Amino acid sequence: MTKAFNWLVPALLALPVAIGLVGVVLPAFGYLPALGGAEFSLDAFRRLLAMPGLSTSVFLSLAGGLVTTAISTLGVALFLAAFHGTAAERFARRALAPLLAVPHAAAAFGLAFLIAPSGMLARLVAAPLGIARPPDLLIVGDPLGLAMMAGLIAKEMPFLLLVAFAALPQADPVRRMRLAASLGYGRMAAFLLTVWPGVYRQIRLPVLAVAAYASGVVDVALILGPSLPAPLAVRIVGWMNDADLSLRFVASAGALLQLGVTAAVLLAFVLGERLAGALRRRQTVTGNRMPRDGCARLFAMLPVGLAAGAVFLGLVALALWSFAGFWGFPDLLPRQLGLATWMRSLPAAAGPLATTFVVAIVSAGAALLLVVWLLESRRKAVRATVGRPARLPPAVAGLVYLPLIVPQIAFLFGLQVAIISLGLTPSLLLLSAVHLVFVAPYVALALADPWFALDPRYEQIAASLGHGTAATLVRVRLPILTRAVLTALAIGFATSVGQYLPTLLIGAGRLPTITTEAVALAAGGNRRVIGAYALLQTLLPLLAFTLSGGLPRLLSGGRAGMKRP
Amino acid sequence: MVRFRSVAMAVMSCLALAGAGRPAEAAGSAGAAAQGWDAVLAEARGETVYFDAWGGSQNINDYIAWVGSEVSDRFDITLKHVKLDDTASAVATVLAEKAAGKGENGSIDLIWINGENFASMQENGLLAEGFATALPNWRYVDTRNPTVTVDFTLPTRGQESPWGGAKLVFFSDTARSGPVDAMPKNADELLAWAKAHPGRFSYPAPPDFIGSSFLKQVLIEKVADPAVLQRPVDDANFAAVTQPLWDWLDAIRPVLWRSGRDHPQNYPAMKQLLADGELDIIFAFNPAEASSAIAAGELPDTVRSFTFPGGTLGNTHFVAIPYNSSAKAAAQVVADFLISPEAQLRKEDPRYWGDPTVLAMDRLPPADRDAFAEIDRGVATLPPSKLGPVLAEPHPSWMTRIEEEWKRRYGG
Repeated sequence: MTKAFNWLVPALLALPVAIGLVGVVLPAFGYLPALGGAEFSLDAFRRLLAMPGLSTSVFLSLAGGLVTTAISTLGVALFLAAFHGTAAERFARRALAPLLAVPHAAAAFGLAFLIAPSGMLARLVAAPLGIARPPDLLIVGDPLGLAMMAGLIAKEMPFLLLVAFAALPQADPVRRMRLAASLGYGRMAAFLLTVWPGVYRQIRLPVLAVAAYASGVVDVALILGPSLPAPLAVRIVGWMNDADLSLRFVASAGALLQLGVTAAVLLAFVLGERLAGALRRRQTVTGNRMPRDGCARLFAMLPVGLAAGAVFLGLVALALWSFAGFWGFPDLLPRQLGLATWMRSLPAAAGPLATTFVVAIVSAGAALLLVVWLLESRRKAVRATVGRPARLPPAVAGLVYLPLIVPQIAFLFGLQVAIISLGLTPSLLLLSAVHLVFVAPYVALALADPWFALDPRYEQIAASLGHGTAATLVRVRLPILTRAVLTALAIGFATSVGQYLPTLLIGAGRLPTITTEAVALAAGGNRRVIGAYALLQTLLPLLAFTLSGGLPRLLSGGRAGMKRP
Repeated sequence: MVRFRSVAMAVMSCLALAGAGRPAEAAGSAGAAAQGWDAVLAEARGETVYFDAWGGSQNINDYIAWVGSEVSDRFDITLKHVKLDDTASAVATVLAEKAAGKGENGSIDLIWINGENFASMQENGLLAEGFATALPNWRYVDTRNPTVTVDFTLPTRGQESPWGGAKLVFFSDTARSGPVDAMPKNADELLAWAKAHPGRFSYPAPPDFIGSSFLKQVLIEKVADPAVLQRPVDDANFAAVTQPLWDWLDAIRPVLWRSGRDHPQNYPAMKQLLADGELDIIFAFNPAEASSAIAAGELPDTVRSFTFPGGTLGNTHFVAIPYNSSAKAAAQVVADFLISPEAQLRKEDPRYWGDPTVLAMDRLPPADRDAFAEIDRGVATLPPSKLGPVLAEPHPSWMTRIEEEWKRRYGG
């Protein structure tokens, strides 16, 4: 009975994806009666393969997924290796909240305005030299997708840094570093060889989620990516939205191809992990301790520093735009500043902000309860021993993380049809339930490894003192894991705030959130409005991340052992 | 197909039949029709209309909000603007509902639409039966303008009600590129100008609406016999008919912005590129676009409009009611209010929107006519008399084929 129950949560989360996928597989093979497709055929795949530039699109998605993830992970590893336990790391922890809170699209707009030929960097050069016209250079939207990858890296690195921070304490860094140092290892070598493997084991799933996301991303690719041809996911959205409804069959076939591309990215990344592991082992047996790494440490600052700088400066630029009057090239600052944009945006944004907040808090709260229940029952099922933490069985994990691996565009249309067939009308509850499907995996991602990594002896002691299961959970486990729990909640909250396609399709446009409003207005290309909405979009997640960073300190009063960061 | 029939639909189909028998202008004054309209008004009371309309412009959003407050005061109708980033997603929603067998209580009551999206919905049976010609304010509509009843060569059959006019107009910054009198007067001159100013012209990549429209403009100018474009595309002659377009595009490609390796996403993006000095000539479908952009601080006040003396593409945009709308009566009342002289006057005023009216000046009461004449259209807007002739939209099937061919040639 309990066993069946353990499958209930993952099945509930995966069911909408499965339903949606059926709604994609059928049209991919020619079956969609509403459009006159009554017989199964491979026609859609033939049309898909005949699409011009398809191989380039696939390549862009593959490369985008792999390069983004590899550089983001490497950047985080180098940064932690060089700065763990230093003031730089403490600063990074504090600076993380605003970086995480910036939605992907806003960060991409900000970056675009920094690096475009008419952007901020070009103006810094042009203004003093008196150059009146921007150069005709293909920087944003370059054919190799470098700008797109840069935008993704800038947003994914803070995310991985966050989960790495949450995982660090479980990797026992202080004692391991001390031991390695006593053997004469330099700081970076010591961290990379002794602590990082323990951290990486815990953040492996978030890393893979980043890979899946980057290979199927739509909004960042639209803003920063190449357009002729665009990465696969962008083209699928285009086919899905084409006035020629017969292209929906091609879009469905494309969605299945996207599924394959994402799978290939994940596979390639897992092979890459093997390779990196082998290299690390070879490095270890050489005995090279690399004691002098001062120079390398400076270099290690670059990836994280650049990413953080880009997101932060981009946000500042957008904020400036939201107050700008006319602001032409090569002026470094707008000629007039004013409140006109805000006066028009704020009244219209109040309702959507409230909707966003309610849906995010309901879906993130529900996700946390479900995930804690799932993890705790799993932990109980396998008696974990120290050093070999429990994991979710692959089948359960597969179900829970399915919504992260399957590109949204691939199954949302099918899901929409199913929901309408059931006669459900759009409501806050329904929207929260659909958000839950996307929020829960992220909450699970953030919480699973810290949850299983916690030394089981704490609870054994609690049990030996006569406390029951519930009391142990509430009085021992949750307090120790406060930081991880709140981080997971904040990630869930931010994930819900950022949802665009599900909100639009399932809310049938009747429940506008700040994100759907922002995307609709972004279509108008007015940087002032985009700037104002980017700030509004950042507001709620910023609040969540700031609270999740500050609350543990307040909540841990009286527990001296938890004072360390 | 659709069994469901509300009282309103029955009333409306009677009206449509009655309306078909006599000149549209007389429809509003007929006693029987007026009674029918009273029934529609009565049913509309208290209903909520979900209006799916592109939400990319604050001007337009504010205008729709004003319409909402007016219909609420006058007709007790709640208007909710569902802001879209692409009208096709509304088509997708209705399609999804049809796929799910939701023949009534659909989620959309009114869609801002024209062209390919309309063709798609009409063809797939996603629209309510004709209602437009029976609206009381239809008597003011400029029915001599063929694009009011024929949308991209397809007869609207009253299944969409006109809302505003559109005409392709070009803009340039006189401070950077000199007076507009010296600007190109047709597609060939534009090509020559682009060669003389490499990197300063571009168009949004199809299937963007404005980008596709620009291709149509070039095609109509260059095609040997424009009449062939009014009929559905024919596989046998497609290559021959469109060859001049591809020659023109091949010739301009090397001198396009970014050498044609990238294109602006849409016309608002071109507006930003004009402001940044990256592009010198841009275009839009709204003649008042530049004036309202100057007012909003998006463009410098030295931007001016010009058009091709030989004519530019023009069309009409509409509102349509999906077949499964749950508030058909109220949706009609809103559609009728949208073509009232008062609402059309406000819409043509660039302080609010600047979108050309679909009403015929000579059919309006004198006071309204004067009010239209007194609108300050802004420095960068050409008066209606200087907008030049209208080139008719080709049959939608041409656009589909041209978009495919464009992607085959330049998209890979």
